[in-house]
Amino acid sequence: MTIEQAAPRDPQTQSQLLVRLFLSIGVLPILLVVALVLFSLMSDNFFTFNNIANVLRQTSYLTIVALGQMIVMLTAGFDLSVGSTLAVTSVTSALGMAAMAAGYPDQPWLAIAVGAPIGFLCGLAVGVVNGLGVALLGVSPFIVTLGMASVGFCAALYLTSGTPVRGIPYEFADTFGSGGFWGLKAPVWAALILAIAVYVLLNWTRLGRHFYAVGGNLKAAALSGVHTRLTLFMAYAVCAGLTSIAGLLLTARMETGEANIGTSMPLQSIAACVIAGVSLRGGTGNVPYVVLGAVFFGVVENGMNVSGTSSYLQIGVTGAILVFAAVADEFRRRLIGRRSL
Amino acid sequence: MIAPTSDAIVQQPGGAPSAAGTLLLETKGLSKHYPGVDALVDVDFELRAGEVHALFGENGAGKSTLISILAGANTPTRGEIRFRGAPLVHADVGAARARGISAVFQEFSLVPQLTIAENLFLGDEPVRHGFLDRRNELKHARELLERLGFALDADRRVQELSRAEQQMVEIAKAFRGDLSVLILDEPTASLTERETESLFALIRQAKAKGVGIIYITHRMVELRRIADRVTVLRDGRKVGLVDAHAADEATLIQMMSGRPISQVFPKVNYAPGETLLSIERLTTADGAVRDVSLAVKAGEIVGIAGLVGCGKSEVARACYGLLPVAKGRVLFCGQDVTGWKTRRMLDAGFSYLPPDRHKEGLVLARSAIENTSLSALHLPQFSGNVFLKRKQEKDTVSRLADQLKLHPFDLQREMAAFSGGNQQKVLIAKMLTRDVKLFVFDEPTVGVDVSTRVAIYRLIADLCEAGAGVLLISSDLPEVLHLCNRAYVMFRGHVQVELQGNQITEDRVLSHFFERAA
Repeated sequence: MTIEQAAPRDPQTQSQLLVRLFLSIGVLPILLVVALVLFSLMSDNFFTFNNIANVLRQTSYLTIVALGQMIVMLTAGFDLSVGSTLAVTSVTSALGMAAMAAGYPDQPWLAIAVGAPIGFLCGLAVGVVNGLGVALLGVSPFIVTLGMASVGFCAALYLTSGTPVRGIPYEFADTFGSGGFWGLKAPVWAALILAIAVYVLLNWTRLGRHFYAVGGNLKAAALSGVHTRLTLFMAYAVCAGLTSIAGLLLTARMETGEANIGTSMPLQSIAACVIAGVSLRGGTGNVPYVVLGAVFFGVVENGMNVSGTSSYLQIGVTGAILVFAAVADEFRRRLIGRRSL
Repeated sequence: MIAPTSDAIVQQPGGAPSAAGTLLLETKGLSKHYPGVDALVDVDFELRAGEVHALFGENGAGKSTLISILAGANTPTRGEIRFRGAPLVHADVGAARARGISAVFQEFSLVPQLTIAENLFLGDEPVRHGFLDRRNELKHARELLERLGFALDADRRVQELSRAEQQMVEIAKAFRGDLSVLILDEPTASLTERETESLFALIRQAKAKGVGIIYITHRMVELRRIADRVTVLRDGRKVGLVDAHAADEATLIQMMSGRPISQVFPKVNYAPGETLLSIERLTTADGAVRDVSLAVKAGEIVGIAGLVGCGKSEVARACYGLLPVAKGRVLFCGQDVTGWKTRRMLDAGFSYLPPDRHKEGLVLARSAIENTSLSALHLPQFSGNVFLKRKQEKDTVSRLADQLKLHPFDLQREMAAFSGGNQQKVLIAKMLTRDVKLFVFDEPTVGVDVSTRVAIYRLIADLCEAGAGVLLISSDLPEVLHLCNRAYVMFRGHVQVELQGNQITEDRVLSHFFERAA
């Protein structure tokens, strides 16, 4: 719709500009800017290089998991087992590394080369089961991933008796946890590279196109000759693969293998996707917004910590923002619908 | 036109009209059995190169099942398909398409969130070095659209397109690649006259190149214009193969329904009385209805005909509180009811039968009895002060079910377990639980068998003769032609014409279906 441009000083036009901005980019970038400005005003320590680098590192794990969650959500499902996948990866990789490190104490990289793939594959296995359940057996994603969340968590607790796994080589934590270059930490680089990789996957490969198609209209995809079952399966597998990488990075950061590192991750990752405009009904969503969504939650959390907001209040604020964003997005869709007439 | 008797036209295979081209596709004894339903029974069908072979039959006659099997979207229970003389078993739609058998289904196989180009190549995306070749994809898509003469921007998202434009994308998708068999399922249902003409030109081109075309339509005019042979199906069986140019309407309807046309449609005694519904210059907020005025009196059956998406359904939905009204007035029994909510309209005696019984009509997981009483449950006949009057509920519903001949007569059975026709009977019974002055039937016979259809027509006639007003919104042209004493034809949200009594003829109605001065 083209509107005749009037003088920009006219307040009417300015509010129209704001509306048009809202319509074209959605509510998330606006919220992010508002949050940044607000927290900068509330605390001098917020908008410093160190703190921003810190926020990015803290959110890199959520970002990676949210990328995986997004792929599953594109196919009109969701993965409630990402928290358990993190736990399984963390515990098994730590156990593997600790065992190898105990046997060959002078070869830390051998321990890492054995333990990390073990953790990755165990995490991936959770996704494989999810994928088989959803794609092959046709069980609802809610049930399969909820069940696997319990099974995975149980396995992680059982393997460790609930205590942190120690004995991870120092080099692992040093390189992948606190290491980094050009001012950014390793997990931030990992998140960046994976975001680009997922972007390429979704926009430049057949599989990516098929994720959108299967979620947008399953029947149409099948009638077009898309292998819908394989596509669904791959969504859960890729999600678990990404989550496993996040699990390894998180293990490096904690320097121990822990069973309860991801309990809030399923809801957080879904929230980051939803606020980024990923539809719960499938078919829509893009990578840059999901990254922004994850960063936004990181900024809000960090900002509230720095400005000394009570932790009880923080939970409520996060929830309220999520609902607000969803309402604003619905409002936006209606406005767009009305304008396109 | 000569009107042959039905016996002469229902020919046995030996004397069947044959086309000149070589045999392309052939089925022998093709059957598809679903639990409780024989969708297709021993169907022999043949398609020759360069012919347009029409499939004709009611909804549920097996046309869709047949083409879905031929297109690889479905597998037969029994029987054989031969393609160019060799037995053929499709693994899936992709495999069929690779052999040059492409289908345009009525339910669109498009993904709304993807662009036109992305949809055109879905399942067969061009790839270079493992990555999508998006530039090439867009280029080929544009070339294809240009070759077909469709004015569409390949970069637009399908969800932004009109129904007609989506139909064009669907057709373009079928024309991609080497084509030997093209299956079209009511392709003109949402096209304008000009678009229909360009589709027909494409079909003629394809014919000339030796493509065999299977064409499903409900329109007699199209049969005559484009088809060479017609196979008529009824209840999953083939009832005849006729020459398209020799077949007349009465014969085809008789073959299709299995009884003379006079037995399908009842004779109605209209007694128009006071005006019940009066719509004055109504425009809906979404623009689907523009400046529409019409009226329905007690004791008459008024039809609204028009293409899919012409706004005929939306007129009633706006009156019933389902669509916001932007301009105009709705008067019901002399009262201004513009913008009233559904519940209030029901209480006033306005009842609307939704066209999609699965999506809008029934709670499929619940029983016939609960579905029937749902909209009247709060009334004193079914509700005491605290508890439901379940005995009375059961009595009332049994009486209605008996009147409508529900089969099987099991009121506790969940709706999903009934056939389409019997689901429709329950939906209609639901309207009869309340005091209704005006019945609005929106596509009342979609997907029902012949006997249900006859029962529904009889009921509509009875309601009218008992003094109720009936508004019949239908895409099934014979329905409007034979039941209504007045009819409106709509196009793109406007009423094109109002026809009375014997003015309501197929030619007159169809001539107003498309873009043309009223």
